[in-house]
Amino acid sequence: MRAALDARAVSVTYDGARVCDGVDLTLAAGEWVAIIGPNGAGKSTLLRAIAGIAGCEGEVHLDGVSASGMTRRQLAQAIAMVPQQPRIPDELTVAEYVLLGRTPHIGYFATESRADRLAAERAIVRLGLRRFVTRTLGSLSGGELQRVVLARALAQEAPILLLDEPTSALDLGRQQLVLELVDRLRRQSQLAVVSAMHDLSLAAQYAERLVLLDGGRVIAQGTAAEVLNEDLIRAHYGADVRVIHDDGQVYVLPRRGESTWVH
Amino acid sequence: MTASVEQRTKQCPLCGSRFGCAQGRPGCWCEGVAVSRDALAEIRSSAPDCICPECLRSFAERDGAEGARVSAKAVPDAAIKSRALAPLWAVVAIASLAASLLLGLAIGPAQIGPAAILGSIASHLPATHWPSPLSSVDEAILWQVRAPRVVLAALVGAMLAVAGSAYQGVFRNPLADPYLLGVAAGAGLGATLAIAYSGTGADNPSLLPLSAFVGASVAVAGAYVLGRSAGGPPGATTLILAGIVIALFMTAVQTFVQQQRSETLREVYSWILGGFATSDWSAVAAILPYVAISSVVLLLHRRVLDVLRLGDDEAHSLGLSVARTRLVLVVAATIGTAAAVAVSGLIGFVGIIVPHSIRLLVSPSYRAIVPLSLIGGAGFLVLADALARTILSPGELPIGVVTAFFGAPFFALILRSKRGVTL
Repeated sequence: MRAALDARAVSVTYDGARVCDGVDLTLAAGEWVAIIGPNGAGKSTLLRAIAGIAGCEGEVHLDGVSASGMTRRQLAQAIAMVPQQPRIPDELTVAEYVLLGRTPHIGYFATESRADRLAAERAIVRLGLRRFVTRTLGSLSGGELQRVVLARALAQEAPILLLDEPTSALDLGRQQLVLELVDRLRRQSQLAVVSAMHDLSLAAQYAERLVLLDGGRVIAQGTAAEVLNEDLIRAHYGADVRVIHDDGQVYVLPRRGESTWVH
Repeated sequence: MTASVEQRTKQCPLCGSRFGCAQGRPGCWCEGVAVSRDALAEIRSSAPDCICPECLRSFAERDGAEGARVSAKAVPDAAIKSRALAPLWAVVAIASLAASLLLGLAIGPAQIGPAAILGSIASHLPATHWPSPLSSVDEAILWQVRAPRVVLAALVGAMLAVAGSAYQGVFRNPLADPYLLGVAAGAGLGATLAIAYSGTGADNPSLLPLSAFVGASVAVAGAYVLGRSAGGPPGATTLILAGIVIALFMTAVQTFVQQQRSETLREVYSWILGGFATSDWSAVAAILPYVAISSVVLLLHRRVLDVLRLGDDEAHSLGLSVARTRLVLVVAATIGTAAAVAVSGLIGFVGIIVPHSIRLLVSPSYRAIVPLSLIGGAGFLVLADALARTILSPGELPIGVVTAFFGAPFFALILRSKRGVTL
């Protein structure tokens, strides 16, 4: 089966510094991979490189087609991205904002068609936002906004969804809600999902595979049980944690001990 | 599914049977039916409208339970739309513009009433052979003195307002105006050079506007090149800073030239204040192509301007080539603004107050702001010019004084009435 996303030796250099260094990443349709790693590990940069926002070396193939030969528009039809801190134009309505997600399918000078409005409606309904359609973004709570941003990415109807810290601004309940939604969407629509995540326990529960990045390089990858161990986390996060295996799940708990920050 | 939704009886385009349809409103029975994307595409291509439950179900059953499925709904919920330009607002705007134009033509020392003006316009229409109700002197006053002035004010006002709205969108900055990237300083320098080194320009009346146009264009091109030298396609902030640097430099040169030729100070000052006292049809003809092309380009980009609000990265990930789009918009807005400034001098405030009034009163979407700025800017400047030539009649106030004097309190009122709205 052809990989939905196949990135080979992706490297990004900012001002002479290698922020991403020869990263390989392959995903099948319907698969969810979480990119984990400490701050500055290159998680966001990797996502931006795959989405074509940051210039990179290496090869990215989308469903067997080289991304370097695609136009911006074709790339946007294949990859939808939710940035860490999306810019929210407060005065736009939810419907207007989600419709902007249809941009890759709308001619440069054209306006949205009936099919575009239907696609936006599907995204809105699937994220439970129907009663918000005429509300302005400025009047929504953080959790509602996160769902709206997700709806906009979903309206793009791209087979690959990149999420940069999708839950960082949310409380525990909202985090679970959003991740459950993403999980359902990728199963229903066979989306390939790559998410950069800070919360290792959540990453372990939702993603099928974890990729640990540090210093722009892949340190480890595999299932949560394979990647998440106390030594590896101490070495790369500088954190003292306890990893608990319970009923097939892996949980990472921070633990107060002798600080490992002074290395 | 739900009987509570109001339904309309339709005929199925595939089998001809009658069925109830809620026309896209939430709760229609079709929302519960899921079909594959391929089947949906097939339905769309074979049926122009909604199909009946029987036919839809046959499609749904045909592809079994495999693969991704989407709702079979064919008509979107009416609430899922962008607030584009409402027809009512378009009518109001065009009617106000027509009224302003008529007022602008009617005001002046010679008494020419609106009815007589309409009669004269009718007599000039092709294929009509009505006699004009005006004397030949009044005809000359109307068509050789007032009309070019009113039309020029309308073109300049439209251009400044629409360029202002585009600049605000491109730079995501509510304080952006058409002079942001050095158009004013460049045009000022060009005009000063023309006045200082070629006398009053009596022997070559087109030298001053040409020189101002070139100065304005050079300033913005300089700002863009300077912004680029910072590496890669310039971002919004880099461009604004580069524009400020260029403007400061050009203003310095302009001040130096003025010091050298202090006898021309008064003339330079009066040009900078702006106005339409010397307008004629040749000025209209000179700027019309620039204003037309520039406005059409900006109008075509009204949805793209909404996409740009999401920020460079997100616009990028939605398939927009941000740097190229920004360049096209800046070039279009600059060419039109430079042409407007060349014939009218520096008229402030229009480019900020008109787009913002529309944003606050009508809609925050550029789909409404851009076209309404074009019409509103034209009407606003025609009225301002009418005031400029009546308040101190037979003398004239600089039009910039009028736009600021009446514009500022009006804008303050709108701001007050819409407290809490973010610009």
